[in-house]
Amino acid sequence: MAEVEETLKRIQSHKGVIGNMVVNAEGIPIRTTLDNSTTVQYAGLLHQLTTKARSTVRDIDPQNDLTFLRIRSKKHEIMVAPDKEYLLIVIQNPCE
Amino acid sequence: MQMQLLDRFPGTPAPSNPRSRPMETGRWPGGAPHPTPSLSSAMEIVYVYVKKRSEFGKQCNFSDRQAELNIDIPPNPELAEQFVERNPVDTGVQCSVSMSEHEANTERFEMETRGVNHVEGGWPKDVNPLELEQTIRFRKKVEKDENYINAIMQLGSIMEHCIKQNNAIDIYQEYFDDEEAAEMMDEAPSAKTINVFRDPQDIKRTATHLSWHPDGNRKLAVAYSCLDFQRAPAGMSSDSYIWDLENPNKPELALKEAASLCPLLPTPVLPFTPSCYAPAPACWDTRKGSLVAELSTIEFSHRDPVYGTIWLQSKTGTECFSASTDGQVMWWDIRKISEPTEVVVMDITRKEQLENALGAISLEFESTLPTKFMVGTEQGIVISCNRKAKTSAEKIVCTFSGHHGPIYALQRNPFYPKNFLTVGDWTARIWSEDSRESSIMWTKYHMAYLTDGAWSPMRPAVFFTTKMDGTLDIWDFVLKQCDPALSLKVCDEALFCLRVQDNGCFIACGSQLGTTTLLEVSQGLSTLQRNEKNIASSMFERETRREKILEARHREMRLKEKGKAEGKDDDQRDEELVSDLQAMVGAAEQEFFDIIYTELKKKEADAMKRKPKIQERVAEDQEAEGDEDTLEAEGAEEET
Repeated sequence: MAEVEETLKRIQSHKGVIGNMVVNAEGIPIRTTLDNSTTVQYAGLLHQLTTKARSTVRDIDPQNDLTFLRIRSKKHEIMVAPDKEYLLIVIQNPCE
Repeated sequence: MQMQLLDRFPGTPAPSNPRSRPMETGRWPGGAPHPTPSLSSAMEIVYVYVKKRSEFGKQCNFSDRQAELNIDIPPNPELAEQFVERNPVDTGVQCSVSMSEHEANTERFEMETRGVNHVEGGWPKDVNPLELEQTIRFRKKVEKDENYINAIMQLGSIMEHCIKQNNAIDIYQEYFDDEEAAEMMDEAPSAKTINVFRDPQDIKRTATHLSWHPDGNRKLAVAYSCLDFQRAPAGMSSDSYIWDLENPNKPELALKEAASLCPLLPTPVLPFTPSCYAPAPACWDTRKGSLVAELSTIEFSHRDPVYGTIWLQSKTGTECFSASTDGQVMWWDIRKISEPTEVVVMDITRKEQLENALGAISLEFESTLPTKFMVGTEQGIVISCNRKAKTSAEKIVCTFSGHHGPIYALQRNPFYPKNFLTVGDWTARIWSEDSRESSIMWTKYHMAYLTDGAWSPMRPAVFFTTKMDGTLDIWDFVLKQCDPALSLKVCDEALFCLRVQDNGCFIACGSQLGTTTLLEVSQGLSTLQRNEKNIASSMFERETRREKILEARHREMRLKEKGKAEGKDDDQRDEELVSDLQAMVGAAEQEFFDIIYTELKKKEADAMKRKPKIQERVAEDQEAEGDEDTLEAEGAEEET
């Protein structure tokens, strides 16, 4: 339990990180550093996208699996680390 | 007596026993029989009626007789006045299957557009998402899960890696953004055929001249004629065509009687095209159609076929000039084409004698130098003329000789107008206006006659030539000087003419059988390379300088020879002529080398005395003299 806290805190403290959240397999945000409405929005959308990405990868090669998903936009970068049951989502502003 | 008449349905077979059924003949009151229709057992429709013999009447006796005119009504035109002609008559007259139209409506399918509002979903049934307590409780429960902890640890480490990566460098950075796109030099020069336009006539004629339409470059005018002097077979059409590039099957417009050798040139302003084979220049207006719009009179025009015409850049846009092998160059105004406005005779002895005149084959005119023009002759001499000279004798400024045969193409370099390209006999030569004795650069002697040449409008160092063996050569003297950069076999028969489009990408070449081929050259050959202008101009300058030095040398040698010859006796000179040619050549060479050697020695001695700065200049001179050396050693075959 303490390690989880520590990990998430460490992630948050990195340069440029705007926020992070943990989402479960049903799309329910378990833990978040952002406000509720934003969290709900991110959780819902990214959950669907991750599922789609994963199915795409597995469709092409069934032995393959999705390990990481990075979406770079003009303003920031959204990084999604998928697991069997949970998703770790981090929003970072990459310094250039 | 009664008779029964059976009216059988025609075509049906007779039943076996026609009177098998007993008939009931009813009687109307009054005695008249009435018929009883009946259906026979064999599905035949039979109508039976009864008639008394006495009621039959007289027997028919048919007999033939002649036709009898019963009535003859002649037409009465006065009746026509009671009628009015109806025009147009809108009556459909058609014998076809009659059809009817029906509409049917299928059952409607109801559709509705609805949006779905996603609210927090996924919560299990027992948890109410709105109640804070329940959600917090649920979350806490999840966080206690063993699985959760492991998962987060793992994901956390992956995530950290990526975050740090992001912080370290911008992995999506665009490199080489400000660099200009691609070095085209890597790609080997190439050209491919895009389209082939064949002469639709049965008797094939040579495509002798081509021109591109000035706007849009979508049309190509091709002039056809028979080049064998007066050997055109009967029935050979004398049309020339304007082709649309998109449609290679059929020409867009045919210009009648345009059997011309010479250019169909679209004018800069109007859609006229002057053209001529027959000595009289003629004009076609593409707006008016395919017949000749204007034709000059025979008395005042050329006496030989006209080989070159060019439109002049004038305010009215109606001036052109033409050159022919009779030795005259004439200026015309289209509006008054019956007589030339000016005539110049190509007599290089400056005496205006038509007998001495050289036949003109090609014309050159650059609109940036409006008073000068150049004429290429059948004798292999290029004459440069000044239009504005006061006396006719002064019109001819200078001559350049060097070709062994007629000069078929003459064009100034679009970037450096002082240098011009001539194509004739088996070589193509580049000249500079400053050096009159010889060309500054020339190609080697080919196996086949060269028929046409042109500079590329986009690159100063690229030019194209066509040969009698059907090959198109693309020369790039920045890249390679001994051979063409690209040599393409376009067709099996001879190629006669060549025209480059203004963007430098497309080339059209016409062949002996009237086939015009449209080629596209690769990007590398049609876009200006870095530094190319500088390199080309420095090459031109260097070669011009070399020629100048050679010229000076020759002049000196000639003066010396003159001096020597005047000093010697006639007998001695005869003796020399008789003696071995080889010995003479050897002696001359030896003498020349001696002179060079002494010069070199002198220069070295000078250099030793002066400061090191000047050594550079000496080295240059030595190089120049070294060039002369190699030139003499290798003979006339040296290329630049």
